[in-house]
Amino acid sequence: MNDLIDLALDEAQRAGAEYADIRLVERESESLTVKNGALEAADSDRTAGFGVRILLDGVWGFSSSGRLERAEVERVTREAVAIARASAIARRDRVVLDDTPAVVGSYRTPVIEDPMSVSIDDRLAMLFEADAAMGRVSGVNVRQGSIETARERKTFASSEGARIEQELLEAGAGIDANAVNEHEVQQRSYPNSAGGQRVSGGFEAIRALDLAGNAERIAEEAVALLEAPQCPSGEMTIVIDSAQMALQVHESCGHPIELDRVLGMEASFAGTSFLTLDKLGTLRYGSEQVSIDADATAPGGLGTFGFDDEGVPAQNVPIVDRGLFVGYLTNRETAPVIGRRSMGSSRASGWNVIPLIRMTNVNLRPGGAGSLADLIADTKEGLFLSTNHSWSIDDRRLNFQFGTQIGWMIRNGRLAEMVRNPTYTGITPEFWGSCDAVCGPDEWTLWGVPNCGKGEPMQTHRVGHGAAPARFRGVQVGVGRW
Amino acid sequence: MVGEATWARPAVEALLATALELVPSGEAEAMFASHDSALTRFANSRIHQNVAEHDATLRVRVVDDARTGVATTNRLDAEGLREVVERASAISRRARPNPEAAVLAHPSPAAVPPGLGYFAATADADPTERALGARAVIAAGDRRGLEVSGAFSTDSSTLAVANSRGLWNMHSATQAKLLTVMMDGRGASGYAQATSPDVGAIDAALVGEEAADKAVRGADPVDMEPGEYQVILGEYAVGTILEYLAWIAFSGLAAEEGRSCMEIGRPVMGSNVTIWDDGLDPTGMPTAIDYEGVPKQRVNLIVDGVARAVVHDSATARRAGTRSTGHGLPAPNVWGPLSWNLFMAPGSGTPATMLAGIKRGIWVTRFHYVNIVHAKRGILTGMTKDGTFLIEDGKITRPIRNLRFTQSIPEAFSRIAEIGSDTRLVAAEYSGIYARVPALKIDRFSFTGATSDEGSG
Repeated sequence: MNDLIDLALDEAQRAGAEYADIRLVERESESLTVKNGALEAADSDRTAGFGVRILLDGVWGFSSSGRLERAEVERVTREAVAIARASAIARRDRVVLDDTPAVVGSYRTPVIEDPMSVSIDDRLAMLFEADAAMGRVSGVNVRQGSIETARERKTFASSEGARIEQELLEAGAGIDANAVNEHEVQQRSYPNSAGGQRVSGGFEAIRALDLAGNAERIAEEAVALLEAPQCPSGEMTIVIDSAQMALQVHESCGHPIELDRVLGMEASFAGTSFLTLDKLGTLRYGSEQVSIDADATAPGGLGTFGFDDEGVPAQNVPIVDRGLFVGYLTNRETAPVIGRRSMGSSRASGWNVIPLIRMTNVNLRPGGAGSLADLIADTKEGLFLSTNHSWSIDDRRLNFQFGTQIGWMIRNGRLAEMVRNPTYTGITPEFWGSCDAVCGPDEWTLWGVPNCGKGEPMQTHRVGHGAAPARFRGVQVGVGRW
Repeated sequence: MVGEATWARPAVEALLATALELVPSGEAEAMFASHDSALTRFANSRIHQNVAEHDATLRVRVVDDARTGVATTNRLDAEGLREVVERASAISRRARPNPEAAVLAHPSPAAVPPGLGYFAATADADPTERALGARAVIAAGDRRGLEVSGAFSTDSSTLAVANSRGLWNMHSATQAKLLTVMMDGRGASGYAQATSPDVGAIDAALVGEEAADKAVRGADPVDMEPGEYQVILGEYAVGTILEYLAWIAFSGLAAEEGRSCMEIGRPVMGSNVTIWDDGLDPTGMPTAIDYEGVPKQRVNLIVDGVARAVVHDSATARRAGTRSTGHGLPAPNVWGPLSWNLFMAPGSGTPATMLAGIKRGIWVTRFHYVNIVHAKRGILTGMTKDGTFLIEDGKITRPIRNLRFTQSIPEAFSRIAEIGSDTRLVAAEYSGIYARVPALKIDRFSFTGATSDEGSG
């Protein structure tokens, strides 16, 4: 590998590049899906390749290939140079990188049980046991469970002298139960929707989920939802579970704090951000209860690593401090705009694409409201919402609308009747300003979000969000005509 | 520059044949997919990202005694082939039998039209050509003092599938797309998109003018109360709606599992609605075969408002007692079949006739971040974006701030008052679905919220 790295960096230097880097990435993943008592899908994917990034006369060029051969490295590097030269056709300012020191280092995800070493038989046994438990509930028409594991080995080297080796391991699992009748389709998932929980870590995290132990419950809830009353409409107090809070953080905090988005670099795809530069250090983003960090060092997060894809060491930086907006996600190109060094959130989803500013683990800090039971007991009237179903937010990350799989009315501090198709909507700073309680550390979970889309060509990446259940006052629920 | 790594047909044939020969027992399918892609991205009126990618992968599906294993690799030398077949075979040996999932496609007499959807000009497009296109778009914005962002992409791809039942099909295609968003920094924005298999058909200056015009006319937007309004949905907005119907309504798996709003043989939309899927129509973005190697068939999904069919892959077709329509995704596919070459029949409306008679309504250029609220009822939510205007007494009078809609699409498409006579090919933002669609005038469309002017400049 070292000869390919030297070849690319030497070729770039000969072409006059002021900066160049190369990433060599090999990713292997396995997934198993059991559906309605049968093995629906079993596959093993492997991809390997490299990407060369060139900064030439203040503009970028990048090319990549899946052929790890000397001739291809030379060809792709020359192509990256040619692309950078073409970028100069529509140039304004020169790109200047920050002065992050080059690092030589390595990192491996700490695990107890290597997720890629667990046998198919073991994994299938877990899924079939959970499937059988869901199957004992009458009225479920589709039941599905999946386990995914992955290993990524990557090498980063730059013309500044950085050389970094990393091995990242992931594991994830989840189950779904679906029920339908003439007019309704309802789904319940455990431990979360969209594939369940996913972590950076070992298979011990999957074993700890106890899929089978929760299967019958979610199957019963899916069936019960068919006949549950429709979620009422109006303004009310809501309590949101930690899994839905993770997506609330993702859409209304994680994306708008990406500094490239703030600077207009994502305008042609998913839009810009209301968190413009004048808001840094001045905007009251939320209530005093709301503190949010971006922590790439958090154990188990899908946004946990040793170094980002520009060689910047993983860090934990404050984003919102007791309601005040204080920080962005940055990379080496954008951090100087706010007079800072990169905080290390430049990430590429694979060898074939450039690193973009991506969330690491953007975490809502736990609060002082105790357990979820304590928070429900402290809520006279309201609605408890659990497990994401749908999400949408406007192109400046202000107007959002979420649906959850299930809700329960709260009456006199107790969970009352179940409601179906619950939705809620709001405007980001008003919503976070209405937060008056966040549950404590015992209720806090670091959730993996494996399907975050950004960029053109779009990159689907893996990020994390820690959250505990939280309460919001005066929120519009039950959106639309049913 | 794109196209340098393109694989020739004999090499692909040999690769797939070798992979199938290596399978020790049972049936097998080998799928080859290569792409040479490049994208020039611009923001703040400059090129800020400029990338290329070359890759080719081999996917092997082994089916032995109803046990299925799938493996992929992008290492395509002899060792890579041996290793990927070994992995797929090893999985199939450990798998549990499932005849429902162990379905390989049968050979079909339908021929793949040679050259369909392939343009050498697109395959050979270089970064200078894309940069000049970006510069032409930027120039249109510069003339009006707008900040310009966008992306110009060219892509050349090959898909080939062979299986042990004697199926062999291959199709190479090209795609080009130029899109732009222009902003005035005070809350106004405009959008335009052009997409074609032929990069020569994309007029960058025209794309720039369309978006700039929308952005200029969008200056100083006013708030509008949410509620039900008569609307004109432009082609970009209609294309996005069809993209979501592809997932939730037109899929054979969604229908099988009771999640789809399609009830075959029954009216599900207005009698003026006809929607079909046709991968062979050269006015769309042609794809001649699916990922199981099955040649594409035209599928009439909704005819005169009546649900007529859904699309199938080999597995859903077998369970439904029919044949695959050529809409399979790569194995192992838990998502079900997908219609990704959609068409909606035009009407006779012009912008003038569609505006006429609207006392107070809304013109929607496009939608943003649409998602599914309720699949079976076809309820979607999303925001308007990049050109939302108030219509008063049959005329567009002023721009309005973006609104959120939450609306059942079958209900809305039962209230279509007029359909535009022109159609436009629209590329979906996320999914690779293309739809050639007209503009629609809909009598009632439900807007349930509005954005804030926070941070709009």
